[in-house]
Amino acid sequence: MRRTLLEGLRRPLTEMLPADPEMARLGLTLERAARRRLGRSLAIREVDAGSCNGCELEIIALGNPCYDLERFGLSFVASPRHADVLLVTGPVTRNMREALLRTYAATPSPKWVLAAGDCAAGCGVFAASPACMGSVASVIPVDLVVSGCPPTPARLIAALITLLGPG
Amino acid sequence: MMAWREAGEALAAGRAGLVSLWADGPRARLALLLDDTVQIVDHPAPDGTFPSIGRLHPPAIRLERALAESSPLVPLGLPDTRRWLDHGENPTVYPFLPVKGRHLHQIPVGPVHAGIIEPGHFRFTCDGETVVRLEERLGYVHRGVEALMAGKVPAEAARIAARISGDATVAYAFAFARAVESVLGVAVPPRAIWLRALMAELERLANHLGDVGAICNDAAFGLLLAHCSVLREEVLRACAFAFRHRLMMGCVVPGGVAVDLSREGEARLRALAARVGAAFPPLLSLYDRTASLQDRTVGTGILRPELAALWAAGGFVGRASGRDFDARRFTPPYEALSFSVPVLEAGDVDARLRIRAAEISESLGLITQILDRLPVGPLLARVPAGAGEGFSLVESFRGDVFFHLRITEGLIVRAHARDPSWFQWPLLEAAIEGNIVADFPLCNKSFNCSYAGHDL
Repeated sequence: MRRTLLEGLRRPLTEMLPADPEMARLGLTLERAARRRLGRSLAIREVDAGSCNGCELEIIALGNPCYDLERFGLSFVASPRHADVLLVTGPVTRNMREALLRTYAATPSPKWVLAAGDCAAGCGVFAASPACMGSVASVIPVDLVVSGCPPTPARLIAALITLLGPG
Repeated sequence: MMAWREAGEALAAGRAGLVSLWADGPRARLALLLDDTVQIVDHPAPDGTFPSIGRLHPPAIRLERALAESSPLVPLGLPDTRRWLDHGENPTVYPFLPVKGRHLHQIPVGPVHAGIIEPGHFRFTCDGETVVRLEERLGYVHRGVEALMAGKVPAEAARIAARISGDATVAYAFAFARAVESVLGVAVPPRAIWLRALMAELERLANHLGDVGAICNDAAFGLLLAHCSVLREEVLRACAFAFRHRLMMGCVVPGGVAVDLSREGEARLRALAARVGAAFPPLLSLYDRTASLQDRTVGTGILRPELAALWAAGGFVGRASGRDFDARRFTPPYEALSFSVPVLEAGDVDARLRIRAAEISESLGLITQILDRLPVGPLLARVPAGAGEGFSLVESFRGDVFFHLRITEGLIVRAHARDPSWFQWPLLEAAIEGNIVADFPLCNKSFNCSYAGHDL
């Protein structure tokens, strides 16, 4: 039984990803520094700063066998103290502002911030709410923005690879 | 019409279940479930006060805390008057409940806690490894959803409703649309009614597959996560192919649906149902035969049926603890479809996983039935401007979502949404008692409450 199930996963489920020229262009200024400092390895701490959890679903999907994020040297870590990259989602809520600032402060330099999703990019449908602060960039420095509601796993991977630079 | 006090007593005595409690201008409003029917009970509060329901019936306490901080009304006798969703000017200060006792220590976790997960704070009080008490602090993803919906036309507010809890975007859009349609008397075309149910079942299928895998992963059995996450990915890709969005966000709108299902889309969904129907049973069988995995899930995080009943807990949380309720029984087109609602009594992590497994099989059956009998015709009815109030109760994958709307001249005056998590989060505090700290992720995942849906 178990052998059958393991065999089921040995089929080539992991896929090649389409190149995204727009992402490559956006990341040109970042990639040299990131590559020099970190090599082909990035530790990511995900921070939900007010998301509806749609972005989290697609970020979780990055770990499934189809996208298999770790093959690129990218892994999610539990603590910002272990992270090179903060992957931030949501229209930063007033209630999360302080937690986001502290998470950013706890992340050792050099560090990069990737704002993922339309809410993180520009506050999305919550732009007019007094309970939200605005985009992630209005609270902490942002290096790269990925749009989408939510961004697809392929777009998220393309953005993360952009941070690493071309192989 | 039931009086306020009478409603409080019916709730406290277990004769009725609490659906929601909110403020609407100068009155407090209560929705309760009596003999499978939702009733709205009002308490006009010209002096700005009303008798607290939470005083008699604890499930109302957090709703009244949220009400008190977001409206001028004061619930008299509310046992807990701390802030809840709105953390105020200094969110880092919060008076946690005092804990006294020898050998106790506390573990504060969150709001940014391990994993790719929404923010919340968990304050564990432990004796050695055993959790003596858990106190939750939520509200971190409070986006002011209800205030934001006021003053908008239904089509615009639907975009916000679809983003209350992203994992239940179809159910929320469905509930919001049904509330709008009940207020404005919209007759939704039959094809749209059936497509909504199809999307709702696909959403349930995707989430349950993800949850079964994630629960096993939290018991250190990653193989089932790998298999289940591939199946989940296949569901999302089929949804993207059939409805042009992986999560089907924005597909259900007031008046009907925004996307039609093509013949190719239908074929893809049939193939998906066959594929998941063939692939899932061997996975469940693996779960059944792996004693080391069941050693973690059986008997862990038990929610007693009395508590599930008192809190009128919805979804797999309630159904794994003996509460036989599913809002689909009262939602078209389900009266024309054949499905059963699984109910178990054990109330542990294992029971919550098995309810999901049984519901996966029911959803696959529903998807096939819907595809076989999908009516042809228009997708969208016109939504007229009008006035009135109305509500809806729609079964999301995690339980019943309640929406209440008051509309004047085609604009929303007051929107109130109640996620099933409101009555599940507090039960997680009860279920974890006496378990070890290391089993908290497992218990939490088996509940899978929504932070965003609760925090609004």
